[in-house]
Amino acid sequence: MMNDKREIGEDDLNDILLILKQKYGYDFSNYARASLSRRLDRFMDTAKLNSIYDLKYNLTNSKEFFAFFLQTVTVNVTEMFRDPVFYKTLRERVLPKLASYPIIKIWHAGCATGEEVYSMCILLHEAGLLERSKIYATDINPVNIEKARTGIISLKNMKEFTHNYIQSGGVNDFSQYYTARYENAIIKKELRKNIVFSQHNLVTDQVFNEFQLICCRNVLIYFNKVLQNNVFHLFYDSLAPMGYMALGMKESLLFTDLRFKFETVSNATKIFRRKA
Amino acid sequence: MPKSIQDIIVIGGSAGSLPAILNIVDKLPDNFVTPVVIVLHRLRNVVSDMSRILSASQPNFKIHEPEDKERIKQKHIYIAPQNYHLLIEDDKTISLDYSEAVNYSRPSIDVTFESVAHVFADKTTAILLSGANADGAEGAAVIAKAGGTVIIQDPETSDYPAMPMAALEMVRGALVKTPDEIVDFIRQKC
Repeated sequence: MMNDKREIGEDDLNDILLILKQKYGYDFSNYARASLSRRLDRFMDTAKLNSIYDLKYNLTNSKEFFAFFLQTVTVNVTEMFRDPVFYKTLRERVLPKLASYPIIKIWHAGCATGEEVYSMCILLHEAGLLERSKIYATDINPVNIEKARTGIISLKNMKEFTHNYIQSGGVNDFSQYYTARYENAIIKKELRKNIVFSQHNLVTDQVFNEFQLICCRNVLIYFNKVLQNNVFHLFYDSLAPMGYMALGMKESLLFTDLRFKFETVSNATKIFRRKA
Repeated sequence: MPKSIQDIIVIGGSAGSLPAILNIVDKLPDNFVTPVVIVLHRLRNVVSDMSRILSASQPNFKIHEPEDKERIKQKHIYIAPQNYHLLIEDDKTISLDYSEAVNYSRPSIDVTFESVAHVFADKTTAILLSGANADGAEGAAVIAKAGGTVIIQDPETSDYPAMPMAALEMVRGALVKTPDEIVDFIRQKC
């Protein structure tokens, strides 16, 4: 991030949004502008581009460049058992309720590279529910989906993830859930067997199933209020009556017209439930 | 209609900055209305009592960690939530962001300072306090360039002078003040 930045003006930004939409079908026009602008700036640095013209030219003419752009501009940061108190609440208050369903369908929307999905599978396993669960994990970014399918995560983060796991109320030896190999850890295949990974864009794609739980944590923060509301409608329509919806710790239902159609299960960990 | 917000104070601090922050918040006069945003480096994934600690010292303001897309209001003090960057949108709402750490920090002072500069420009007063790394220096420079006021804690009075020193090197025209002088400066603003 440099001070004498080539600040991207409104007109240039609109040009770029139009290219992304018309050429690739990705609509970023209702992304929150402050963070989108910052990501574009950062991309210009990462790609060593000198002008907005170069950015537009490359986006227009190269699919490979677009793939690189998508990977860099969207936020793919995630961790296992992020916000341990959230997972503790899932264990104590949500999973016991889900246990009454013969088949438990869960949607992780915006799963990035899968760390939170693996965390969910560990919780389900420990609650004895994994065998009858089906976890649909989706992301806008095909590179993330490919990576998530491998089950590989960097070993260097495992100390923190183990700590998070314990904080979340986990009592097992965390290392039994992965195999360490060189610099990496591979999440045990048994834990991942009921995950279906696929590409899904919350902006343009539709309802594809009915779920008992939707997890979408720290994805909506990148959208403006209009798009947030659209996504809440998508989630509402994708939830079974009395189905649960989990958001990031600082995300809320304040700005959606559907707020009265959900009840709050836990305000501290932002777990809501669709009213029947 | 709530009054539209014209100006803002944004405070960045890291190691050794908490006493100065408590002192500033504690001594805000009752008729002070300008919204304040505080970005303080903290531990990740540990429950933090920061908003409670600050609230205890200052009952006249609503002090809290904002939720995403909250509108900035007068007489409110916003604390960047741990583990998120805090940005400001053109419509003066708050956007949170969970992207990569900047200067090993999330929240990063640079990220918030730069974002505030884009929206509030010369209506910004930035205060950079004690700290052990260089976060905040670039952001303070952006604020100064946009015509805002930058105040840097006198390194002599900072437990960890690295952060003020880094900013002093980068920001032209910054004011250097002791914690007490910073309090006086803010009190004169109302």
